[in-house]
Amino acid sequence: MTIQGVQGEERDDYTKEESRALRTRSQRLLLELVRPHRAKLVGIAALVVVATGMTVAGPAILAFGIDVALPALQRSDATPLWVAGGGYIVAAIVSGIAFYAFTVGTARVSQAVLLTLRRRLFDHTQRLSLEFHEQYTSGRIIARQTSDLESIRDLLDQGLNELVRGVLFMTFTAIAMIALDPTSGLVILAALVPAILLTRWFQSRSTVLFRETRTTSAQMIVKFVETMTGIRAVKAFRTEPENERDFGGKVEAYRDANFRTIQIFGIYEPGIMAIGALTIAAVVTVGAFRVVNGDLAVGSLLAVALYARTFFQPIQGIGMFFNGYQSAAAALEKISGVLEERPTVPEPRAPRALPEARGAIDFDEVEFSYATGKVVLPGFDLSIPAGQTIALVGTTGAGKSTLAKLVSRFYDPSAGSVRLDGVDLRELPDDDLRRAVVMVTQEAYLFSGTVADNIALGKPDATDDEIEAAARAVGAHEFIEALPDGYGTDVNKRGGRVSAGQRQLLSFARAFLADPRVLILDEATASLDIPSERLVQEGLTTLLADRTAIIIAHRLSTVAIADRVLVMEHGRIIEDGSPTELIELGGKFASLHRAWRDSLV
Amino acid sequence: MPPASSAPQPHQRPKIIPALSRVMPFLRPVIGRFIAGIATALVAAVVALLIPVALRWLVDGPLTSGDQALIWIGGIAILLLGLTEAVFVFLRRLFVTLPSTAVEATMRQTLYAKLQRLPIAFHDRWQSGQLLSRAVGDLGMMRRFFAFGAVIFITNLLTLVIGLGILLAWSPLLGALFIVTSIPIVVIAFRFEQSYHQVARRAQDQQGDLATAVEQSVHGIRVLKAFGRGRTALEGFERQAEALRSTELTKARSEAMLWMWLTIIPFVSYAVCLVVGIWLVAEGQLTVGELVGFLSTAVVLNWPIESLGFLFAFAIDAANASVRLFEVLDAEEDIVDPEEPRTIAAPRGRLVFDDVHFRYQDAASGERDLVDGATLAIEPGETMALVGVTGSGKTTLTALPGRLYDVTDGRVTLDGVDVRDLSLEELRTHVAMAFEDATLFSASVRDNVLMGARERTDEVVAEALQVAQASFVHDLPEGLDTTIGEEGLSLSGGQRQRLALARAVAAKPAVLVLDDPLSALDVETEALVEDALRHVLASTTALIVAHRPSTVQLADRVALMRDGRIDDVGTHSELLARNDHYVHVIASLEEAQRDRQDLEQVATGAFQQVDASVDAARREEDR
Ligand SMILES: Nc1ncnc2c1ncn2[C@@H]1O[C@H](COP(=O)(O)OP(=O)(O)O)[C@@H](O)[C@H]1O
Ligand SMILES: Nc1ncnc2c1ncn2[C@@H]1O[C@H](COP(=O)(O)OP(=O)(O)O)[C@@H](O)[C@H]1O
Ligand SMILES: [Mg+2]
Ligand SMILES: [Mg+2]
Repeated sequence: MTIQGVQGEERDDYTKEESRALRTRSQRLLLELVRPHRAKLVGIAALVVVATGMTVAGPAILAFGIDVALPALQRSDATPLWVAGGGYIVAAIVSGIAFYAFTVGTARVSQAVLLTLRRRLFDHTQRLSLEFHEQYTSGRIIARQTSDLESIRDLLDQGLNELVRGVLFMTFTAIAMIALDPTSGLVILAALVPAILLTRWFQSRSTVLFRETRTTSAQMIVKFVETMTGIRAVKAFRTEPENERDFGGKVEAYRDANFRTIQIFGIYEPGIMAIGALTIAAVVTVGAFRVVNGDLAVGSLLAVALYARTFFQPIQGIGMFFNGYQSAAAALEKISGVLEERPTVPEPRAPRALPEARGAIDFDEVEFSYATGKVVLPGFDLSIPAGQTIALVGTTGAGKSTLAKLVSRFYDPSAGSVRLDGVDLRELPDDDLRRAVVMVTQEAYLFSGTVADNIALGKPDATDDEIEAAARAVGAHEFIEALPDGYGTDVNKRGGRVSAGQRQLLSFARAFLADPRVLILDEATASLDIPSERLVQEGLTTLLADRTAIIIAHRLSTVAIADRVLVMEHGRIIEDGSPTELIELGGKFASLHRAWRDSLV
Repeated sequence: MPPASSAPQPHQRPKIIPALSRVMPFLRPVIGRFIAGIATALVAAVVALLIPVALRWLVDGPLTSGDQALIWIGGIAILLLGLTEAVFVFLRRLFVTLPSTAVEATMRQTLYAKLQRLPIAFHDRWQSGQLLSRAVGDLGMMRRFFAFGAVIFITNLLTLVIGLGILLAWSPLLGALFIVTSIPIVVIAFRFEQSYHQVARRAQDQQGDLATAVEQSVHGIRVLKAFGRGRTALEGFERQAEALRSTELTKARSEAMLWMWLTIIPFVSYAVCLVVGIWLVAEGQLTVGELVGFLSTAVVLNWPIESLGFLFAFAIDAANASVRLFEVLDAEEDIVDPEEPRTIAAPRGRLVFDDVHFRYQDAASGERDLVDGATLAIEPGETMALVGVTGSGKTTLTALPGRLYDVTDGRVTLDGVDVRDLSLEELRTHVAMAFEDATLFSASVRDNVLMGARERTDEVVAEALQVAQASFVHDLPEGLDTTIGEEGLSLSGGQRQRLALARAVAAKPAVLVLDDPLSALDVETEALVEDALRHVLASTTALIVAHRPSTVQLADRVALMRDGRIDDVGTHSELLARNDHYVHVIASLEEAQRDRQDLEQVATGAFQQVDASVDAARREEDR
């Protein structure tokens, strides 16, 4: 078992070493994120020093007022009194302004860190290979980007505040107390020992519990997203009650985990308060005896008592910080796991640029199996000259899509190499590859935004005219014009507003606009009606004239425009030749062709 | 209109109390514990206030008289008070934590259940990120508010009132002074509420948008990869994240401003009280002990005052969250069970569309209805193919019998009963569907197939898989128990489609509605599925959306959809012979129109040239 990347993410039985390794990983990430803001953080700390210093000055001024200004006033000297009052007001204004600047500054840093982290996470998940996405699920990535980031934000916004303030406050208070009355200072320092022990206990217990909240909340989100994505099927097959039970269980698990983290804090906090109570009582009792003996002024006793009381207030704040930190650290463990994942289809380290591809594709002793291990494509060679249009036919599950995915480098072959114009795809910079090779699949995903935005995905800097031309070329222009706002119509979530066939036309238009040297169509016309398909085919005939194309289609009409047909079965290419040759050969293709002809009437 | 994008919208500024009190029904079952929580918190606060009283007694009593025994009593009293405070804080958490997490969980389940009940039209309108941010972020926020914010808010207010009372009692003059100098806080808080409300709401909405962007970037990852548009997506995401950041900063500035005043004003009050207090002592109107007691009480009140700032912001956030929650919970469920549902004891499966009209909610007002008076009767056991060009409304029509949407006019009847008069549960038992895009769930193959089945036996699974020719499942690592869907094994498009078909078949409904069920299958598999399906269809009423002649072959009759109506109904060959539009939709080549009799030629149009050259080659060989 390993904890590399996202592996073992949902386990709750980490060994000591694993747990420590996870902690180190998340601390490293946190430091990395915070490091660029060091200067700002120092500035913020300085502001806190000022603000806290002023707050701490409060009781001292009170003591000064009672011990110095009062006797002075009784001697008819009002100056010390005005000094005390004025000092208090100055302290108020300075600390108010410092708090303002401090709050805004913290928000700046915390938001900057979050932005960086969001960005990194987004960018990284985009780079990760399909293999990763197929296993990790969209819900988990959403959980990482939302609820996990939220807990990091809590830490940065409040936790840091509490920590810096708390530590400073305690330091100042301790110094002030020792200066005022060393005996009481010692009592306070002695009280720190049990407080620290309690904190250690809290920390180790809550680590485990907070991990659990992250895991359970992610599971809850996964279920939620899945239900909302498949709501039609949920309704049609009446799985609402079952979903409710299932989701209810996940909600309950999260509630339970959450409950226990709160509960443990609920022991920690009063524990600290009890230690505080003991301390104050000790300070006051000891102080009182000394006042009676004349060793201590009454004003000083008041100040010391107030200090003792406030001394433990920030320790609660520090407790809050630990609480937030534990929660954020658990979140960072998961996030750093995702960031640690390496794409199995990495960008080349020493890229070989190919600015102007011709479009020749070679498979060289390529073998491929998915992560499940079963060999889908046993070793084969294939050479597709530039400009050739290939039709790839064969039964479902033969491996056609897999072959196509190798050409568009969704996966890398397990052995051998796929080359474009003689360059191994693994050495090709991603930009060059994507410019040269584009794949259109059956699942025509639309993003929220306008129709035009969606087509422009093929070429982000396209003009409106280019977009319209692409739509015309595939026969999508008419229906787009008929939409409520034409090209400006919002397609809304997952393309719910356009029919499946229209969605496919839009994704064709995208491909037309992208204008690649190599075009791969994987059952891209499956949902089109025959007239639309005919239009697309006309468009394709022009487009494909001088381009390399791999067309996977069950409707052999598409094959009519192919120069060459490959028949696949069980991952092997069993027939290879021009359509005419293959029909004449009387093999598999001929029978497919016959079956297809029969199917037409 | 709910937020579909982050475009700034003028949200009505909800009043905090009404917005929060809407949550009352959820709180009611646990209200006792909440009250107990507030009571314990109050005791803790009062005890905290008593410590200075003890201090004052100590200063004015034993310290002046020098009675050592009394000093011990004072010390022990302070200790006990402190410990009592700690115990009551512990009790407060004990009382409040459980109910608050329970309330959060109940609200979450209520929201989920509501979302499952809301019509598809609602889901068309709402982005799932917005729903998710409500279900997770907003509810968590409300939990924290009720467990912590509200309790502290109430106790701090009460502490403040009691504390001010004590101050007034000790020294009416100083107390009044303290109160008067604190009044600006009220004005400032009021101003804050006005500015904070809008930004806070915007931030919550933008978080929802961001969640949507993330979701789309993952669900659409194949497209983004295929076009190498990861960077474009990243830029879009960054823009949104940047917008959120700037909203959050505005929010922070507004909060910081409030805190600043809440720090300054009480300090100024202390200063005034200190000066006046000392003067009073000097004048002999106040004892030193009274002044010490007064000032240390006033300092204890510092926290309740200062905390009002963030508690106020907290309350506004929670009120916004509540409003956002109720935007969903209040949404109308317009597809619900009838008040007095009828039942069909022995469904035969006669499905009739009777002058059906339908338009989507966002259709422009001038536009004609998408389904514009469609009339079609499908007899029991009959298989009807539905043919029409892309976008003619076939999928929309198939959504009506199962009430995924309701007709806007006319009616759909099953065995003579309007589908709206049946309970949804019963209706959807009678009508099973396979959708254009096959949705599988994270569950075993078996559970996916049996999703809608009444009989959950292995025979049913085997039979359905056989019909759908999905024997590939036996080659999966764990056969029928293999987890598929997002959390499981990935399947190819054709494999998914066959499982979705098997699911519809396994439900053994009276009416099967299949939307282009064979589009992703190869010709051979398609032929096999069709053969197997024919047996099922012999006894089941079916409506099958078809694009290809081969699928049409499954049907007894074909209905042609055009301009929102059923243009023509007849057998495939009848329609080929008499309907130009049908020929246009279903046949492969324009020549078909010229030579309608020669069906062979119609169908193989695309291959004519190929065939011609094959024939030529053969002739040459023959020679
Ligand atoms: N992402 C995947 N992970 C594991 N196995 C897969 C994946 N995609 C496809 N397969 C398996 O690989 C085989 C070939 O699939 P595919 O290339 O999609 O076939 P075709 O496109 O010819 O229908 C099938 O047995 C399928 O189950
Ligand atoms: N959820 C929706 N909201 C608004 N309009 C929609 C929605 N779904 C589809 N449409 C529109 O309704 C029309 C018919 O769509 P559909 O029934 O899917 O067609 P078909 O299945 O015949 O291709 C299309 O023009 C499409 O843009
Ligand atoms: Mg495929
Ligand atoms: Mg459709």
